[in-house]
Amino acid sequence: MSVGATEFEALLREALAPVDPPAGLAERLELTLVSLTELAQDELESWELSAMRDPRNWVRPAAAVVVGASAGTALVLVRVRARHRARKRQSGNLLELAERTIHDIADEARRVLPGT
Amino acid sequence: MDNGLPNNKAELDARFTELYRAHLRDVYSYSYYRVGNHHDAEDLTEQTFLQAYRHFERALRESNGRPLRPWLIRIAHNLAANFYRDRSRKPEAAIEDADMISAPHTTESLVEGREELESILAGVAELPDDRREALIMRFALGMDNREIARALGRTDGATKVLLHRAIRQLEGIVAQTTAGDGPPAEGDSK
Repeated sequence: MSVGATEFEALLREALAPVDPPAGLAERLELTLVSLTELAQDELESWELSAMRDPRNWVRPAAAVVVGASAGTALVLVRVRARHRARKRQSGNLLELAERTIHDIADEARRVLPGT
Repeated sequence: MDNGLPNNKAELDARFTELYRAHLRDVYSYSYYRVGNHHDAEDLTEQTFLQAYRHFERALRESNGRPLRPWLIRIAHNLAANFYRDRSRKPEAAIEDADMISAPHTTESLVEGREELESILAGVAELPDDRREALIMRFALGMDNREIARALGRTDGATKVLLHRAIRQLEGIVAQTTAGDGPPAEGDSK
C-alpha cells in the first residue's frame, strides 16, 4: 500500500467519524422496549414474543439506568393500551395488531419524552 | 451457558442489554451516513433495535457465538433499503445528495473548514450503494472484512475487492474535484 493510499484512508477515517446518537434517542428507545415488554406480558403473548416465557423482564436492566422511565412508561402504557384494546376489537389478525402496536409505542414514546 | 447461549431469561435480558449498549452508536452512525440526516437516522436506529429485539433469541442461537454486530447492521441495511424505496415513490429531493450528508453532520466542527474532508464526504455520496456502505462499515464503524462480508451477505474475498474498488473510485472522485474544477457548487449534487 502506498503512503498516499494510507494518508487517504486516514482522511477517510476522519471524514467518516462515528456519530454519537442524541441523548434522547437512547432514553426513548429503552422506554419503547420496556413498554413493549409490558404490553407483551399483557396482550401480545401469542405472537413471536411468546418464545420468551416471561417477556415482562425483558430489557429491565437497560430501563434501570433511565431516570424517570417508570413514570414515562406508565404514561405511554395508558395511552397505548387504550388504543390497542380499541384496535383489538376491530382486528382479527394478531400479528398485524402487534405490528401496529409496536409503532404506536414508538410514536407515543416520542410524544412523552419531549426534546427527543 | 456452556454452549454460549443463555440458560434463562435473566441471561437473555443481560445479553440483549449488552448488545444494545455496545452497538447503539454503531447503528446510529451507520444509519446517519446512510440516510444523511438525524431525524431519519433516529427512526432507522429505533426500528433496527425493535427488529433485533424481536429476533434476538433466534439470532443468538444461529450465530454460533460469532459477534452480532454484522447481524444488527444487516437489519439496518435492509431497513434503509426499504426507506429508500419508500422515498423513491415520493417527489422528494434525493436523499443521497452530498449537501444532505454533510450539512447536519454532528462532527461538523471536524469537517467544517477542511475542504479535503468535505470533498471526501461529497465523494462518498457519489459512490454506488454497495461501495458506500462498505466504506461506512469500515471507516465509521471500524468493522473488519469478515464482519462487513457478513453484514452485506458476501464472501470475505468479494468484500476485500469491494473495499479496494470503493477506495480507488473515491480517490479518483476526490482528485478530480480538487484538481479539476474545484468543489461542486452549493446545491450541485451532480
